[in-house]
Amino acid sequence: MKAVKTKAIQIDIQHLTRAEGHGNIVVDFDNGELNKCALEIVEAPRFFEALMRGKPYRQASHIASRICGICAVTHATASLRASEKALGIVPSPQTTRLRKLNILGEMLDSHILHVYMLVAPDLLEVGSVIPLASSAPELVLRALKMKKVAGDLCQLIGGRHTHPISMVTGGFTHYPSRESLVELYDRLVDLRHEMDATVDTFQDLHFPEFENETEYLALHTEGEYCLIDGEIISSDGGSWPVEEYLEVTNETVVHHSTAKHSRNQRRSYLVGALARFNINFADLHPKARSAASALDLKPKCVNPYLNTVAQIVEMVHCVEEAIAILTRITREGLSVELPVVQKRPSGEGVGACEAPRGTLYHHYAIQDETISFANCITPTAQNLANIEADMRALVPQFCGQGKETLSRHLEMLVRAYDPCISCSTHALEVRFI
Amino acid sequence: MMKSAPTVAFFDFAGCEGCQLTVLDALQTHPDLLSAIEIVEFREAMSEKADSYDVAFVEGSCTRESDETRLRRIRDQATIVVALGACAHTGGVNAMRNDHEIDNLKRVVYADAFDHFEAHQTRPISEVIRIDAFLPGCPIDREEFIRAVKALCLGRMPVIPEVPVCMECKLSENACLLQQGKPCLGPITRAGCGALCPSLGVGCEGCRGMIPNPNLEALETIFSQKRCSPRELRSMLSLFLTHPLQSEEVTAYESS
Repeated sequence: MKAVKTKAIQIDIQHLTRAEGHGNIVVDFDNGELNKCALEIVEAPRFFEALMRGKPYRQASHIASRICGICAVTHATASLRASEKALGIVPSPQTTRLRKLNILGEMLDSHILHVYMLVAPDLLEVGSVIPLASSAPELVLRALKMKKVAGDLCQLIGGRHTHPISMVTGGFTHYPSRESLVELYDRLVDLRHEMDATVDTFQDLHFPEFENETEYLALHTEGEYCLIDGEIISSDGGSWPVEEYLEVTNETVVHHSTAKHSRNQRRSYLVGALARFNINFADLHPKARSAASALDLKPKCVNPYLNTVAQIVEMVHCVEEAIAILTRITREGLSVELPVVQKRPSGEGVGACEAPRGTLYHHYAIQDETISFANCITPTAQNLANIEADMRALVPQFCGQGKETLSRHLEMLVRAYDPCISCSTHALEVRFI
Repeated sequence: MMKSAPTVAFFDFAGCEGCQLTVLDALQTHPDLLSAIEIVEFREAMSEKADSYDVAFVEGSCTRESDETRLRRIRDQATIVVALGACAHTGGVNAMRNDHEIDNLKRVVYADAFDHFEAHQTRPISEVIRIDAFLPGCPIDREEFIRAVKALCLGRMPVIPEVPVCMECKLSENACLLQQGKPCLGPITRAGCGALCPSLGVGCEGCRGMIPNPNLEALETIFSQKRCSPRELRSMLSLFLTHPLQSEEVTAYESS
């Protein structure tokens, strides 16, 4: 750390913009000493885990999807997997394929929103996507077109773009028509041009140079880019079945903040696109690996700002995977299956999925078809400690460039994690100073 | 009549931000929206802030005393305030907490650290500030939002259906889920969603709030005739309708 003597810098960014949910960035840097450096979570707590208690398990996924408007499909899927494991329900391969397709659509949608509408304004030095619509209309129209395909995919499979309806334990209550699937397939094939253009656009944009190595965690399954189930893998070595998620996430209260932080083998760890890229690079679609090479992103990448670039690589993967699944579905046709029924009325289970922002866990105990215990650990909650670790490493590096530049880099850093503060249900409100 | 491009701001309180995302999605099919209105504040999407606006869309419920100050400021700075989505309109899923002792909930989720933060009962924003209109649903309906913006640009209030979801289910020629013994809140829930959930084989969960004068007794009778348990009815009603059911003015509710 460079011990640069600079004048005191106090940063207090209330309600960070272009992020999901409310968070504040607070920095107190004086006389070469970093007295305070925190991402405060000021989102109103919503108590979902407590509210699920006493509800029939069949409602759980619909309640869970309301935790977040952008990762609703992944919350619903992790929730369904938790209930299914608890009650001995084994969904059919077709159900699993459709769920994956739905998650691919959501990941694509979420990444497009983050990359184009929340991050690109920083890289192009405009305040937001609104002025971008006049200064770079082709970019915004491209993003809107891509987002529409992704959203329509989610709507077709889950019944609604935000908060899926037709996904239930053991299967689906409704299936899309063959014609609609073929139409979606054609639109996804067409989207390849937009993906090429995306890679071209971001090749020319400059991300801050900053490295801070950490532990990277993601779900992993042999032979596929894991989105549902699998086991937890660490870049530091080690693997855990998802049922042992508590040993990995280790939520603790830290002395300088009342927000719970996660730590595994180091003081903090990172989940999300960059972690998945670092751990599951070999399982990315070849076209996604080519995109990574064009964007000069290689595993193991330790620059958190490049989480955005990892998201672009994943977007290519999502489009290709969705095309592959749709090719199979349209060839084989969908059979109208009745949802698999429960084997037992009580039990306990953990569901895990890769949400756009990282690994998401839902854990339920069910007694006589009623939820008696629920725990939900979101990716943003897991990333909080790592975001702060990066902030602490970043301040000394950029403090010499003045408060404005430092603030901008801190905002961009937090934004790079794509934090979904609405869903970080384990984060407490904290007030400092 | 309002001037040609009204200034519009979006605000979010406790919620999932799904309604704001639906607004962003509305731009996909209606990119011309950006020239019809001037968006001056939208934390989710932009960094700029504004001191006054013609229309404020407020998403999320009021769940903290500290939210009230912010809501009042929005009311002061806006000509028209619109509650956006179920959380703002009826308290939505957030109001499930009103069935519990708040301190117990805090302890369940945050254990020993339970008293480190502020959390109260959930209220729709209309119980804190006067609202001029509401757009119901969880999330809001994209097309209904577009129609509402058009109406507001013409100096009118959005028209929200007051008939039950059953009307739209019949128009869609769906087989009645209640007749099949599947729990559904269609008879008491405000239409306007095109009976989306029942069309996909899932009973209506009441996310658009209740119609004026809902006949709850009749619904209870239908549920019992179709061998749906009273517990099933209660847990369905608790998803989105806890607050309206607990408030004494169910019939006069939302008579805006």
